[in-house]
Amino acid sequence: MNFSDLTTILPLITLVGWAIILILVDLFIPAQRKGIMAMLSAIGIMISLVIAICQFGGQTTAFSGMVVFDGFSVFLQILFLISGLAAIALAYDYIKRQGIERSEYYILLMFSLSGMTLMAMADDLIIIFLALELLSIPLYVLAGFANPRLDSEEAALKYFLLGSFSDAFVVFGTALVFGAARTTTIPGIIAAITVGAANLILLMVGAALILIGLGFKVSIVPFHMWTPDVYQGAPSSVTAFMAVGAKTAGFAALLRVFMAAFNTLAVDLVPVLWALAALTMILGNITAIVQGNIKRLLAYSSIAHTGYISMVLVTINQSRITQHAVGAALFYLVAYAVTSFGAWAVVITLEHSEGKGLNVEDYAGLGRKYPALAAAMTVFMLSFTGVPPTLGFLGKFYIFRAVLEGGYVGLAIIGVLTSLVSAYYYLRVVVVMYMREGEPLVRKEFWLSSTIFMTAIATVIVSIFSTPLFTWASKGIMFIPK
Amino acid sequence: MAFWDYLPIAILFVISAGLAAIAVGLGHLFGPRKPTPKKLEPYESGMNPFGPGTRRMPVRFYLVAVLFILFDIEVVFFLPWAVVLKDLGITGLVEMIVFVSILVVGFIYAWKKGALEWE
Repeated sequence: MNFSDLTTILPLITLVGWAIILILVDLFIPAQRKGIMAMLSAIGIMISLVIAICQFGGQTTAFSGMVVFDGFSVFLQILFLISGLAAIALAYDYIKRQGIERSEYYILLMFSLSGMTLMAMADDLIIIFLALELLSIPLYVLAGFANPRLDSEEAALKYFLLGSFSDAFVVFGTALVFGAARTTTIPGIIAAITVGAANLILLMVGAALILIGLGFKVSIVPFHMWTPDVYQGAPSSVTAFMAVGAKTAGFAALLRVFMAAFNTLAVDLVPVLWALAALTMILGNITAIVQGNIKRLLAYSSIAHTGYISMVLVTINQSRITQHAVGAALFYLVAYAVTSFGAWAVVITLEHSEGKGLNVEDYAGLGRKYPALAAAMTVFMLSFTGVPPTLGFLGKFYIFRAVLEGGYVGLAIIGVLTSLVSAYYYLRVVVVMYMREGEPLVRKEFWLSSTIFMTAIATVIVSIFSTPLFTWASKGIMFIPK
Repeated sequence: MAFWDYLPIAILFVISAGLAAIAVGLGHLFGPRKPTPKKLEPYESGMNPFGPGTRRMPVRFYLVAVLFILFDIEVVFFLPWAVVLKDLGITGLVEMIVFVSILVVGFIYAWKKGALEWE
């Protein structure tokens, strides 16, 4: 280890160090003024964000190749850190009004965030596992943060048991890959395959186990069972962070591992990935139709979006379009993050205590009583559906383009058809808001309103001027040191 | 062949399992059996057994157990570190200081939150 190693992971060190200091600071803040902690942790995340932006450009590895610093990692780090800020904005008033305001919330959020930033940089299966644990364990606790509310505790336990179970798959897969390639670093695995030193059957089994483990985290069907229950039971602000952060981190690992290391296994892996993506899109979208609870609806919608993003994985062996495919996935993740935070912020605005106000029917009359809020929700729903001019449309456009360039017309057709299906349940929310009479109960809270406002604006404006973002995302190509 | 290296262990397993089976089996076959209620009671080192086997415990024990694991695991890191301290030089010292200070933060946190108080 030397000094340049430390500067490479400076955003991560800042985040972790700040969180540890905040644990001590928290002990001296009186119970009724815990709101200060939100501000303090936001400052820490912002410092980390500034450092991450300053580091922009350049490619290097650190810690003997266990951590890599490239366009991909910087792009994701910035996405994670901004997500962290949005998650704090969402939580600030919500946890106060739900009576669960404890400063551990923000500290755990920062620890989880540091796991995600590590995941963006991980270039070694061991580090990927470490990052996975670091981001998951605080999330298990956060999911149960509304204890003694039973559904929150149930969500935490379910998430913990299934999450640890899936982590075991990742470890076992890593062990088998190590057995096959005699190394766990991604460049090392690539080299072992190229030279022909790797036992391909063992490697295949290892890759499949890692796919299962990470599939749990991003909720690919058939590993999605936990998603609706956990998303519904966890406090809504935690769910928003989980839906964006944990999913993006899972995809960071999936893209890094499968696009870079396992692309020589494509002959066997592509049919599997094809089927998983198709299943995820079909099941996610069709099950979402029958949901009456908005949190469950968004949970199934998040499964469907996992399906769209995992479509790009079928192009793993076509190196000429890898850049497009990774760029499309990163762009979609940004679109999904912005839209999700907006939609969850609206859900939080309408949620009152003890899980009331969470049915789609509770949104009746929103269009008349609160036109701005309803308009924002309409933007988010259109973006989720993929209607121009929104970010969601461009995200789907780039993904479908990458898949078509890869020559998988059938998969692209399934994607378009399931998007049509999704219009039904997204637009149902819009119809209920504008066409039904009702007395919706809304709290005006500054941070929530400004999050809704900013994400709604971003969803439209960035989509009109999207070229720089997509160019930047396509430059987020992974650096493989020789 | 790696397999044959393990053969003695396999033989050992078979012999020890066989010996145990013979010892218990012979007693079972030929021994006299006159059960009384006293004889059928669970053996508690000579004391008269009292209460059911699955008693309820105060949940505080779990907190103590968790804290014990947290602060006990550090010894696992301390010992090998102490053995090679001279070779690690100043880097090793700084790393251990960072490690210990993180633990101390946890300790202060647990203390201030009242995790160490029994009542």
